[in-house]
Amino acid sequence: MSTVTDDKRKAPAGERVADWADGRLGIYSLAKANMRKIFPDHWSFMLGEIALYSFIIIILTGVYLTLFFHPSMNEVVYHGSYVPMQGIRMTEAYASTLEISFDVRGGLLIRQIHHWAALIFLAAMFVHMMRVFFTGAFRKPREINWLFGFLLFVLGMFTGFTGYSLPDDLLSGTGVRFTQGAILATPVVGTYISFFLFGGEFPGHDMVARFYSIHILLLPGIMLGLVVAHLILVFYHKHTQFAGPGRTNKNVVGMPLLPVYMAKAGGFFFLVFGVIAAIAGLFTINPVWALGPYRPDQVSTGAQPDWYMGFAEGLIRVMPGWEINLWGHTLALGVFIPLTLFGLVLVALAVYPFIESWVTGDKREHHILDRPRNAPTRTALGVAWITGYVIMLLGGGNDIFATHFHLSINSITWFVRISYFVGPVLAFVITRRICLGLQRRDKDKVLHGRESGIIKRLPHGEFVEVHEQLSRQELHTLTAHEQYAPAEIGPSVDENGVERKVTRGQKLRAKLSKGYYGEGNQIPKPTADEYKEITSGHGHH
Amino acid sequence: MKKLSARRRHPLAAVVVLLLALAATGGLYAAFAPAGKAQADETAQSLAIEEGKRLYATGCSSCHGTGGQGGSDGPSLVGVGSAAVDFQVGTGRMPAQQPGAQVPKKPRIYSQAEIDQLAAYVASLGAGPITPTEKQYSPEGADIAKGGDLFRTNCAQCHNFTGEGGALTNGKYAPSLEDVSPKHLYEAMQTGPQNMPSFPDTTLPEQQKKDIIAYVKTVNGEETETPGGFALGGLGPVSEGLFGWIFGLGSLIAVAVWVAAHTAKAKKS
Repeated sequence: MSTVTDDKRKAPAGERVADWADGRLGIYSLAKANMRKIFPDHWSFMLGEIALYSFIIIILTGVYLTLFFHPSMNEVVYHGSYVPMQGIRMTEAYASTLEISFDVRGGLLIRQIHHWAALIFLAAMFVHMMRVFFTGAFRKPREINWLFGFLLFVLGMFTGFTGYSLPDDLLSGTGVRFTQGAILATPVVGTYISFFLFGGEFPGHDMVARFYSIHILLLPGIMLGLVVAHLILVFYHKHTQFAGPGRTNKNVVGMPLLPVYMAKAGGFFFLVFGVIAAIAGLFTINPVWALGPYRPDQVSTGAQPDWYMGFAEGLIRVMPGWEINLWGHTLALGVFIPLTLFGLVLVALAVYPFIESWVTGDKREHHILDRPRNAPTRTALGVAWITGYVIMLLGGGNDIFATHFHLSINSITWFVRISYFVGPVLAFVITRRICLGLQRRDKDKVLHGRESGIIKRLPHGEFVEVHEQLSRQELHTLTAHEQYAPAEIGPSVDENGVERKVTRGQKLRAKLSKGYYGEGNQIPKPTADEYKEITSGHGHH
Repeated sequence: MKKLSARRRHPLAAVVVLLLALAATGGLYAAFAPAGKAQADETAQSLAIEEGKRLYATGCSSCHGTGGQGGSDGPSLVGVGSAAVDFQVGTGRMPAQQPGAQVPKKPRIYSQAEIDQLAAYVASLGAGPITPTEKQYSPEGADIAKGGDLFRTNCAQCHNFTGEGGALTNGKYAPSLEDVSPKHLYEAMQTGPQNMPSFPDTTLPEQQKKDIIAYVKTVNGEETETPGGFALGGLGPVSEGLFGWIFGLGSLIAVAVWVAAHTAKAKKS
């Protein structure tokens, strides 16, 4: 741009630095292409930002913690400043965590920021994913990015697990034992994997060191790569937007990245950091000093994992302890079935975009978001999934709920067992009803206008409420969504009267498609003709 | 002596020996036998028992039977000892309000003097654990760290890491140990109230009980420090997760809504 400068005038320092960098990095063309990149404005588009920023906070605080943490299982006798642990034998991992908490300047605050940020990171990813799900933002071309996000969530779960296991305290040690039990329940290979992972019998002497490299190097490395790829794809695909006047599948209406979004995002980062730091400064998380060092012969009640592993805990807690003994081998179904369900629950989330696109047969790109009500079956499926997930979280905390609500733990367990099957079905039916009701409401609003609250008396004495017609913008927003027609298998015989071969897959697809878009499963949106017909006859309703 | 030995084969000799032996046994018994009730009637102990019996008849006998023999609504109190009475009545658990999975702690209704009288009466029904003295249960000079280790080995599986309590089967529970006095902690270990196993001195010597009491008072007492800030009940990941979702993510979403609502205005030009 300004490489050709007036030879009399010396360019300002900033310009010269920019020129220098442009010659080597090509920043001008990069900036030109991206500085005016447009992003739409909606609070729910910032949920992913919360996840991103808490991830950055986790990395920053995590680096500080690595400076003081000793990932070793060598036994030492504690002589630090926390009196109730003095003289207790513990691993160096636990002793150094106590030291971080009590003797390292700012150590406890950083530890608590790290841990709170991890809980919030996972929670933010969860709600971000739900936002993407319920608005249909996973549709073409964003299926790969959905998978990247899904992987980030799952890897985040395991990074969290390996992280909270590092201090080698009694609570996390119990969690590792739980995991080892699940590994052992895997048929045929379980024992081998367990011995391989722990370097011999549990707990062995390698666990902390191995979890450490997984926690600080392997998983965060992969995650960082995925985050970058995720963001590049967001840039490449452009951001989705809700339907509205002037918004089409081919444009993005919003504000430019520079300066508006850089300022907003930068400010939001500090707000997120501030909120997390305030929480970490005020509220204890994982007080390892009170838990004691891990010893396989000790255990405490109320031993739960962090929330993102809670549904796995619930699955194990409510599963009856079935097992099969055959030819001297035991198949621990009481653990193996929950382990399988754990995988299935997550995989269901991952594959959903592909199932939906197979059902609709729609291969077009979608950049306009759905309102959840306009995709009733999808929304209902999502709510059913969340219901099952939350019910299992309840199961995972059954003892805490029992003591604090004065209930019997057995009743809670039975409630969870039954409602794990009944709850999602009920949630599905109810959600779909609500969505269809809202669709009818929208249709009513489009055709008859909004209730104004003004009561008018007609000359012959009748009272009517005046309905206000919606503006053209509002009419567009309420009718912009498109509705699929259910897929048909077609006639069972071809033009020659020969029976056509219909595969089972086609039949299933037609059935599902009917379930999604068939009569009664979505409310046909008002047509322009209907609108004209009703609005032309003034006076009535 | 000769006369005596000459008559040793007399038909009545055996009878005489038997009589002499009986007289000797009876005499020795009379000399060494514990004092009869009638003799100690006027001591303070028996007065306490008398008072306790009266209190017992009004407050306890409907479930535990008129003589502490137990019944369909309450267990026998023979041999439970004064420590059990001091714990059950002193923590307000007894007299029980209503049947249920477990009798909860509540404000006590008897004064300490009355509790002592009740305890004396119940102790008189049969020997059992005796109410400890302050020297026995005072946590002073005990080894806190060792107590912690013992606590995690023997108590934490029901009472949680720091004695916040936990659930047992069918609505029963291990109560929170917050605000439980050292004496009652000691008595609970000694007598094993309700669903708790008892830890007599043979399994958990007096010194170890003291260590445990010292640990509980350090980590879950009035002067317990929580260096990390508010403890959120000390219940671990469930309360932390709920807090993280509701207040952590909740406030961040509120912030996001606020930021999104304050958008830059497009310049009209």
